[in-house]
Amino acid sequence: MAARLALSRWRAAPAAAGRGPLLSCRRWSGAKADTVYDVVVSGGGLVGAAMACALGHDTHFCDKKILLLEAGPKKVWEKLPETYSNRVSSISPGSATLLSSFGAWDHICNMRYRAFRRMQVWDACSEALITFDKDNLDDMGYIVENDVIMCALSKQLEAVSDRVTVLYRSKAVGYTWPYPFPMTDSSPWVHITLGDGSTLQTKLLIGADGHNSGVRQAAGIQNISWNYDQSAVVATLHLSELSDTLSSLVWSTSHEHAAELVSMEEEKFVDAINSAFWSDANHTDFIDSAGTMLQYAVAFLKPTKVSARQLPPSVARVDARSRMSFPLGLGHAAEYVRPRLALIGDAAHRVHPLAGQGVNMGFGDISSLVHHLSAAAFNGKDLGSMSHLTGYETDRQRHNTALLAATDLLKRLYSTSATPLVLLRTWGLQATNAVSPLKEQIMAFASK
Amino acid sequence: MWGGRKLSCSGNRFLGVVISRYRGTQTESTRLITSAVYSENQFSWTPQTKPWVFSEYRIMWFKSYRMTFACLNRIKIYRYPWTRLYSTSRTTVDSSEVKTFLALAHRWWDEQGIYAPLHSMNDLRVPFIRDNLLKTVADHQPGKPLSRMKILDVGCGGGLLTEPLGRLGASVTGIDPVDENINTAQHHKSFDPILDKRIEYRACSLEEIVEETTEAFDAVVASEVVEHVIDLETFIQCCCQVLKPGGSLFITTINKTQLSYALGIVFAEQIAGIVPKGTHTWEKFVSPEKLESILESNGLSVQSMAGMLYNPFSGYWHWSENTSLNYAAHAVKSGVQDHPVPDEFVFKGETEELRGQDSTNAGAQEELKK
Repeated sequence: MAARLALSRWRAAPAAAGRGPLLSCRRWSGAKADTVYDVVVSGGGLVGAAMACALGHDTHFCDKKILLLEAGPKKVWEKLPETYSNRVSSISPGSATLLSSFGAWDHICNMRYRAFRRMQVWDACSEALITFDKDNLDDMGYIVENDVIMCALSKQLEAVSDRVTVLYRSKAVGYTWPYPFPMTDSSPWVHITLGDGSTLQTKLLIGADGHNSGVRQAAGIQNISWNYDQSAVVATLHLSELSDTLSSLVWSTSHEHAAELVSMEEEKFVDAINSAFWSDANHTDFIDSAGTMLQYAVAFLKPTKVSARQLPPSVARVDARSRMSFPLGLGHAAEYVRPRLALIGDAAHRVHPLAGQGVNMGFGDISSLVHHLSAAAFNGKDLGSMSHLTGYETDRQRHNTALLAATDLLKRLYSTSATPLVLLRTWGLQATNAVSPLKEQIMAFASK
Repeated sequence: MWGGRKLSCSGNRFLGVVISRYRGTQTESTRLITSAVYSENQFSWTPQTKPWVFSEYRIMWFKSYRMTFACLNRIKIYRYPWTRLYSTSRTTVDSSEVKTFLALAHRWWDEQGIYAPLHSMNDLRVPFIRDNLLKTVADHQPGKPLSRMKILDVGCGGGLLTEPLGRLGASVTGIDPVDENINTAQHHKSFDPILDKRIEYRACSLEEIVEETTEAFDAVVASEVVEHVIDLETFIQCCCQVLKPGGSLFITTINKTQLSYALGIVFAEQIAGIVPKGTHTWEKFVSPEKLESILESNGLSVQSMAGMLYNPFSGYWHWSENTSLNYAAHAVKSGVQDHPVPDEFVFKGETEELRGQDSTNAGAQEELKK
């Protein structure tokens, strides 16, 4: 009797919420002829495609059906273009391990990428700098064009096309969520309606559709977000006439300045970059002397080898038509998982590019989620069950929250030229530079 | 079997709220604390949070089954379906119990509801069954490790263990004497086209299908069943008959010790109310030694026996060296004709209790005397 009361409350409330899932559930009870996919990944970007690839290549997913939904058209790359793309990503060693686990890294190595072993960060308002260096000659990370990664992922998706189906030009327009526990005559799966009117059912929906995630909004998951008053300008640069090495630029600056930079002539743009690197217009004597003081103190306490300070590069010219800008912001979903739903990549978290961690956090999400799903599949569990999805959420929220908070703090700290903050960050940077174990910890955290 | 829920969901409701924060999301914690306060009259509660929207479903889980459990306390005569006796010579189906379970039949598949401990027990028993069966085959198909295996799940209930075995590729037959459980199980698997083909459910008892399925199964699973069976000897004999030579029998049950009385009956049923009163009868619990002797006497050689412990606060099970509460056993049917081994019986001194019908009372007295 009271159980019926509970049932009636369940039924009344969704109608009150105005969603109307009750009506659609009655409709679904007859439509069992739709294919039931095991996993549907919504969003075919770097993270979505990598997720579908990783699941497709997992041994415990041999007989499962996976679908990747991508709103854009299929891209065909016959051969590598001569010019470098202006959208690049810094891939950490952990992400490289993930990509090699399903064979995409080999394709990338056959195309083009560049490893780096040293990172130097310096302040515009003082002489402080920090260098990250791996003594044991391991690569710290790799710079790879996004197009190259996508091409490698597409090749690997085609290799498992018996398990993974990719639908291009398909955008989901509606989602119907199941009740938390089975009610009579209601389908336990997630129903997705595509733009062309067709419907699919799935046991687990993975939302990888970027920071304006439709999946996240449809599920009603709260998203903590704010816009930085900054845009990032990206470009491909040619350094020094003699050796003609190429470099990729990401310049975070105010919206007005970004608009100026993108629209100005190429020579003026090159001048703007060079003056930003070399100018000491923002230096003040006070900060300079404070910085020097700490430097002497550190050198006194801990005489170490002085690694050569690398001078900023001189830019010779910029590639034609390689300048673009996009706005920056922060975002973090309050929940990464719901029954039969998981968010990965930018749908779950959006970060400032200053630390080069955005896509690496997404790849980290993929590693964790594939690990949990693989174990669940080997135990015969229902893939959409919260028991293992919450394991993924706990893992990743801990890691991502720390990184997001640190990146946001750094961004705010370095966005100002107010003297007290400049002093704080100058000393902070110098102190961190002096403490090698701390730097090693930072590098280890960022490499995962 | 531990049919109740974890400790957090009964008794002290605020404690339940604090413990339920294992999800770890900030927004939820504030909402849950407000929802902890609700009317003492369980039949008309007023939610303290805003009207139900999908984003509040997690709180609704706790509220809904808390309410249901509260009304369970009011229902006096309450037994789990497995307490229905296994012997076909009598039927003890109480129509009021059947009506109770009709209202709760859908609760089988609520992973946070009253059957939550059974759901989380799958984390132990599915790998136990899967790994032991994989040892008997030379190679297996990745993705479907148990393909080409035929398994019988005796006392399948709502199909909690049957479905994972089906997902691993086995052809599973699930039997249960209670029709409503079979209906629930049938309904639940009907949505998944692959499971629909691999699993078959029948509402019957083991004795009824023994003749038609002699030596038909690679494995028989009797999980949380033997402590509800009145004639264990006949039950094991039937299991042995339906097994192929070299087939495996998997049993999980509760030991008959003072600890299982204290924790399983007194604490779980009477004090904390995790398991509804009257679910278990301590006299029917089976000790590993007794189980082993019955198995050996029927030609099943015991391969492994391991203890299982349930943590009511976290809701997870763990393997343990200690078999004094719950334990799991794996036995293999020998390839030759089985014959009783009298020496073993004389040694264990249990000959009289194991033979004969209506042995429960005599058996219980003998056990207590020991």
